[in-house]
Amino acid sequence: MAGLSLTSYAARRAALGLMQVLAVVTLVFFLVEALPGDAAVALAGDNPDPARIAQIRAAMGLDRPAPERFAQWLVGLPQLDFGESLVSGRPVAQFLSAGIGPTVVLAVLTLVLLVPISVLVGVLAALREGSLLDRALTSVSVALHSIPEFALAVVLIAVFGVQLGWLPPTAVGADVLTEPAVLVLPLVVLLARPICSISRLVRAGMVDALASDYVRHARHLGIGETRVRFAHALPNALSPAVQQVARTTDWLLGGVIVVEAVFVIPGLGTVLVDAVAARDLPVVQGLAVVFAVTTVAVNLVADLVGFRLAPRAEVVA
Amino acid sequence: MSLNRRGFLGLTSGLAVVTLAGCGSATSASSTPRTGGRLRAAFAGGGAKEVLDPHLANLFVEAARSKAMFDKLADLGGDVSPQPRLAEKWEPNADLTRWRITLRKAVFHDGRPVRAQDVLASYARILDPNRAFRAKSSLALIDLPNSRVVDDLTVEFALKRPFGEFPNALAAFGAYIVPEGAEDFTKPVGSGAFSFVSFEPGRSVLLKRNPEYWEGAPLLDELEFVIANEESARTNALLGGQVEYAHDLTPTTARSHASGDRMTIHRSPNSAVQAFAMKVDRPPFDNRDLREALFLLADRPQLVESVLAGSGQVGNDLFGKGYQHYADLPQRERDLDKAKFLIRKAGAEGLVVKLDTSTAAAGMVEAATVFADQAKGSGLTIEVAQGNKDSYWADTLKNGSLSSFRSGAMPIETHVAQRLLSGSGTNVTKWARPEFDALHEKAVSTSDATARTEAYREMQRVLHTEGGYLMWGFADWIVGAKPNVGGISTAPANTLDWARFDKVWLG
Repeated sequence: MAGLSLTSYAARRAALGLMQVLAVVTLVFFLVEALPGDAAVALAGDNPDPARIAQIRAAMGLDRPAPERFAQWLVGLPQLDFGESLVSGRPVAQFLSAGIGPTVVLAVLTLVLLVPISVLVGVLAALREGSLLDRALTSVSVALHSIPEFALAVVLIAVFGVQLGWLPPTAVGADVLTEPAVLVLPLVVLLARPICSISRLVRAGMVDALASDYVRHARHLGIGETRVRFAHALPNALSPAVQQVARTTDWLLGGVIVVEAVFVIPGLGTVLVDAVAARDLPVVQGLAVVFAVTTVAVNLVADLVGFRLAPRAEVVA
Repeated sequence: MSLNRRGFLGLTSGLAVVTLAGCGSATSASSTPRTGGRLRAAFAGGGAKEVLDPHLANLFVEAARSKAMFDKLADLGGDVSPQPRLAEKWEPNADLTRWRITLRKAVFHDGRPVRAQDVLASYARILDPNRAFRAKSSLALIDLPNSRVVDDLTVEFALKRPFGEFPNALAAFGAYIVPEGAEDFTKPVGSGAFSFVSFEPGRSVLLKRNPEYWEGAPLLDELEFVIANEESARTNALLGGQVEYAHDLTPTTARSHASGDRMTIHRSPNSAVQAFAMKVDRPPFDNRDLREALFLLADRPQLVESVLAGSGQVGNDLFGKGYQHYADLPQRERDLDKAKFLIRKAGAEGLVVKLDTSTAAAGMVEAATVFADQAKGSGLTIEVAQGNKDSYWADTLKNGSLSSFRSGAMPIETHVAQRLLSGSGTNVTKWARPEFDALHEKAVSTSDATARTEAYREMQRVLHTEGGYLMWGFADWIVGAKPNVGGISTAPANTLDWARFDKVWLG
């Protein structure tokens, strides 16, 4: 890292990110083009009269060559013009803004709960390494981590939503901000696995850090045990967990399709599934931009945070 | 993990006990109509695809919403025959080329009356050569320049050829009447039983009672359509009290909740035909004996029991059981020996036939698998090939020789015109016979009811003997509702009374 300031490092990463976004968007366009059937075929559905499909195709402008349509879409991109949905004619930006709301609310709430809980669990387990508490936390997190989201969701809905009736089983028709109760079960499902994986990482990092030379040195200098643990050991222990938090954030912001489908949360994942089934290319493209940008940005932030927490650690561009 | 699994099993047995305990009080649906309340109805949606323009309606939820807000001139009754709606009556001339329609007195939600001009403008919009509305092919026989407004409540349609089934066209999917000049449907204005309040694409549409509705104001104050794409989510939302009506449930759900007290199951028989389509223009099914062999291989009761979980009826290789003009011919049954003989006679012993299928419609893959199994030991091997669901109907229209097929309700004439004539746009069995075309022509161009019935019967007799459709069953359309919801009709899907909410009440 010699001679590389944080700012120039960030700028270089941002430029690289831009290239990555463009590459993703191009790839997605041609992959969707390669799927069998186009928007006209998907819309015609079980009434696939070739004459009608040709008319729909013409009405959607799909009779123009694919590179031409891609180029036209690309020209609008710098002005943040994502084009219009082929099927409904509404601007793609509208779909994105409608889907981002629920996805971001869910992602932010998950992270707000996830980080403190998993750090706390990890640190507790590490400080009492080998104790009954440590072993209990380990068993529970390993068990929980092995349950897939959809299975946990189905069981939670059956028990708390339908059988006991304590919580709404789905978020159907609800506004997630005015009826926060609909978010409880989805949050539990989204938290279950990340809490396990991140707390395991924090625990491992903390155990390593507490056994390290610098902690021993700090103790020799007579620094208080609390300060040693939380000011010296913890930041170093968090560094590996930050990468995992970044991956989780990326996963959450991509719209967790299974969770959205089971709980009827109209987020980005639902928009994506609908758009791909309809072959609504402009909408898929818009989502590809959003997903690519979030992935690049989240990873950049994670690297920067990791760099601040443990400046001695290697940061690979 | 074993702890979790035990917990889960305990839970399911708990549910079973509750279900059993619920027996006996199952049919407590309130029987006296009441006014008021908001009914929330869960449908599958299309997110990006959803629109409020009734002419663009394509999905079930769009059809149901259009029906609530708009009217057609005619719509399909319980026997899938056209019933007058905005049209009070229709009178053809002697050669069935000019039809005079008298409109009933009705008003749009903004207070303007529904006039003959609105009718002509709506149809002109659907027939616009630069657009691709679904009802276009049904209305294509209207000679628009020669059609005219007689007075505010009378319109006269000129047709390009004699057509006795013109009222079917007036009832076509999406042939709604909108105010003249309407192009912006962000706040739709129709003449239907409910008027528009708000729309969030992919999430919900809220409508309210139209007190001026010509057929009488609805009982409900408000009607909200909410979107839940997964069937399990619609079921859970209903069980959890988040909606009062859940559209399109599976036979399995119906079976497990039929005796419970948390939801009432409403079944609409004869809603969706389930079939296999053989292409008669290419080997191997250009051989009539082989088609008959397939007819005889199908064990229809077993298909209905296993694929439809009993929620349906066996088919007799003819479309439209229970509909107007349906020919009640002797029921075909499985006859393995005769099928074997026909397969040998056709020289098809040892032949492997690919059966194209996909998850484009519920139950198709399962039906294909069961049928392939039923063909075992006949000398013919059926190999199930699963294709892409989003392009399935277009793919199977062109390619392959045997494919899964399903269709919703429509008049038998429409089925014939769209699928069984030389010039039909969606002729998946490639059935193209001049003498059959002539029979159809005779049926639709005569005003003699007996001659028409005879022509329909003859067409169906030919199809039953040697057609390309092996129609093995008719699936019930299944809707779940809270037990306090009354007035839900069990007319086949796609007809007027299906997903119709102005006669529904909350008890």
